[in-house]
Amino acid sequence: MRLSSRPVLIGLPYLWLLLLFLVPFGIVLKISLSDVAIAIPPYVPVLDPSEGWAGITGFLSQLDFENYVWLTQDDLYWKAYLSSVRIAAISTALTLLVGFPLAYAMARAPEQWRPSLLMLVILPFWTSFLIRVYAWIGILSNEGFLNQALMGIGLIDAPLTILNTNAAVYIGIVYTYLPFMVLPIYATLEKMDGSLLEAAEDLGCTRLQAFWAVTVPLSRPGVIAGCFLVFIPALGEFVIPSLLGGSDTLMIGKVLWEEFFSNRDWPVASAVAIVLLLILVVPIVLFQRNQERSA
Amino acid sequence: MSHTEVFAPWDDPEATPLISCQDVTKRYGEFTAIERLTLDIFPREFFALLGPSGCGKTTLMRMLGGFEDVSGGRITIDGQDMAGIPPNKRAVNMMFQSYALFPHLTVWDNLAFGLKRSDMAKDQIGDRVEAMLKLVQLQKFAKRKPHQLSGGQKQRVALARALAKGPKLLLLDEPLGALDKKLRQQTQFELMDIQEKTGTTFVIVTHDQEEAMTVASRIAVMDEGRIVQVDTPGRIYEAPNSVYVADFIGDVNVIRGRVSALNGESAELNWGEGKRPIRATAGAGAVHDASGAFVIRPEKVTIATEEPTDRHNRVKGVVEDIAYLGNLSTFHVRLESGDLISAQLANSRRFANRGITWEDPVWLSWSDTAGLVLGD
Ligand SMILES: Nc1ncnc2c1ncn2[C@@H]1O[C@H](COP(=O)(O)OP(=O)(O)O)[C@@H](O)[C@H]1O
Ligand SMILES: [Mg+2]
Repeated sequence: MRLSSRPVLIGLPYLWLLLLFLVPFGIVLKISLSDVAIAIPPYVPVLDPSEGWAGITGFLSQLDFENYVWLTQDDLYWKAYLSSVRIAAISTALTLLVGFPLAYAMARAPEQWRPSLLMLVILPFWTSFLIRVYAWIGILSNEGFLNQALMGIGLIDAPLTILNTNAAVYIGIVYTYLPFMVLPIYATLEKMDGSLLEAAEDLGCTRLQAFWAVTVPLSRPGVIAGCFLVFIPALGEFVIPSLLGGSDTLMIGKVLWEEFFSNRDWPVASAVAIVLLLILVVPIVLFQRNQERSA
Repeated sequence: MSHTEVFAPWDDPEATPLISCQDVTKRYGEFTAIERLTLDIFPREFFALLGPSGCGKTTLMRMLGGFEDVSGGRITIDGQDMAGIPPNKRAVNMMFQSYALFPHLTVWDNLAFGLKRSDMAKDQIGDRVEAMLKLVQLQKFAKRKPHQLSGGQKQRVALARALAKGPKLLLLDEPLGALDKKLRQQTQFELMDIQEKTGTTFVIVTHDQEEAMTVASRIAVMDEGRIVQVDTPGRIYEAPNSVYVADFIGDVNVIRGRVSALNGESAELNWGEGKRPIRATAGAGAVHDASGAFVIRPEKVTIATEEPTDRHNRVKGVVEDIAYLGNLSTFHVRLESGDLISAQLANSRRFANRGITWEDPVWLSWSDTAGLVLGD
């Protein structure tokens, strides 16, 4: 009994991976190699097991890389990938800029406050993500709270156009993914021994020098983890650019959605998804490395 | 300093102290951690702060290092008032209780950390680091990170790092606290050796009285934010100025009573109706006809089966317990009064007392100058 339960325990995560990742991946990969068709499902070929061996070979012979070739021919796609990488990278940098001081302040706060501060960081997750993004529309639009407030205190005469620009997308991503940046950085800063900073000062550093020489290098694993945790989902982000971004905000998530739902071109949409996955594999592998090294 | 001359700048009215604390007070809100503390520490001293946990040792060190402001009074180091001077502007280095080695840097870079931020030339830094590694015998470990070192090695890196900049004053907060007993004793001698070699003034914090006795030129015994006595280890041991100090340093027998006679050097303590008063040396605070305490070290008490009629101080009792501590034996004797007195003998003499065992009636005695009568 004990002996036989071991393989099951080890096998369970693999079964999980197989069912929830590899099988869907295989299906998407297969669709990406198919041709679009006006049918249900909207692509050919479809495997018909009743035809036996001939059916399988016939099915395989109809698969090709046409859709991937197509992705290189229309410059919309690589521009969208590039623009996604750029937007994700800029958003990640901005999130770091906002998140690091926040995490730092939390780690320096009196110990009895820290659980409440952590709670505040996680609190937004308690409401629907969509509602929060719609709330930003209310804040950022021309007649929104932000413009009203700025005009109210006389800082500007005419409303600023923020909504439906890339700036709104950055704001949305920074806002949404901030906890993913703050939490890992907080975790590294919080376990840092405060006497290290005193030792640095003792050895001749000013407060600022001690921060650069000790705090920053020691928080590096947290910073790297936070950056990946923001960059990876931001790269494929769809809701934020489509609700807050403008018509010129080009992101691959939006392209994918349009291919899938507007064009009903499932094969091309699948090819877009597969390439996105390949782009993501690089940072994901790097992220894993970082986690292993800091463990 | 010649070899014949004793190092005792504290007895020299001409000597200028390196550190001078005048009425130094430290308050945390309502709580007073250090209260009107006045103290001089001289160049090249190995000065120990000794006291129970929470008495303010670390607080005093942190004020010397510049990590805490003083709430009152004045600290001068080398004649300069330290008020408002941050740690990085003081010619003082600290070896932290937790060692505080930078985990992301190698041993070499830990030692070079302070030097890189001084005005030392780049090519000299390497030489200095090598010299420091040699001083603490860690040449082979230069490339290791702190987590690859043993406790003793970490301790030596922390020491070398604190000494690298050649401070006038080195503060060591329980530097050996994390080491096991054997390594501790060995390291104590290394510390003394390094202190002598570098000529740096050391102020060490410890709660281990043996350690303080071993390493220090002078010891300050602290209690609840105050200094109770500052003296050489020998005088702290032989002439404690209070029962607290006598009790804190080594083992001591205490008998309480009333001072019945006080003439010059000697005093007598009346410790019970019908008992012969104890005759002893008059110590600090003894006042005629006031309450007092007689203190005597166990090794100064003699134990015998026959009554030693030649001694004034002799009492009868029963052996309650015997402890053999390798080279020493301690007899715990219950007196008829109920007091428990210990007598300690070197084991070479143990055989002479072989006859004495549990429940035996015995006589304890001591000379007229072996103990002290202190105020209580
Ligand atoms: N930052 C602080 N805030 C409040 N009380 C403190 C602080 N630091 C130390 N204390 C108190 O001051 C007293 C002396 O502490 P400390 O100097 O660390 O003692 P020691 O080193 O002799 O064990 C203790 O009672 C401690 O609780
Ligand atoms: Mg302490």
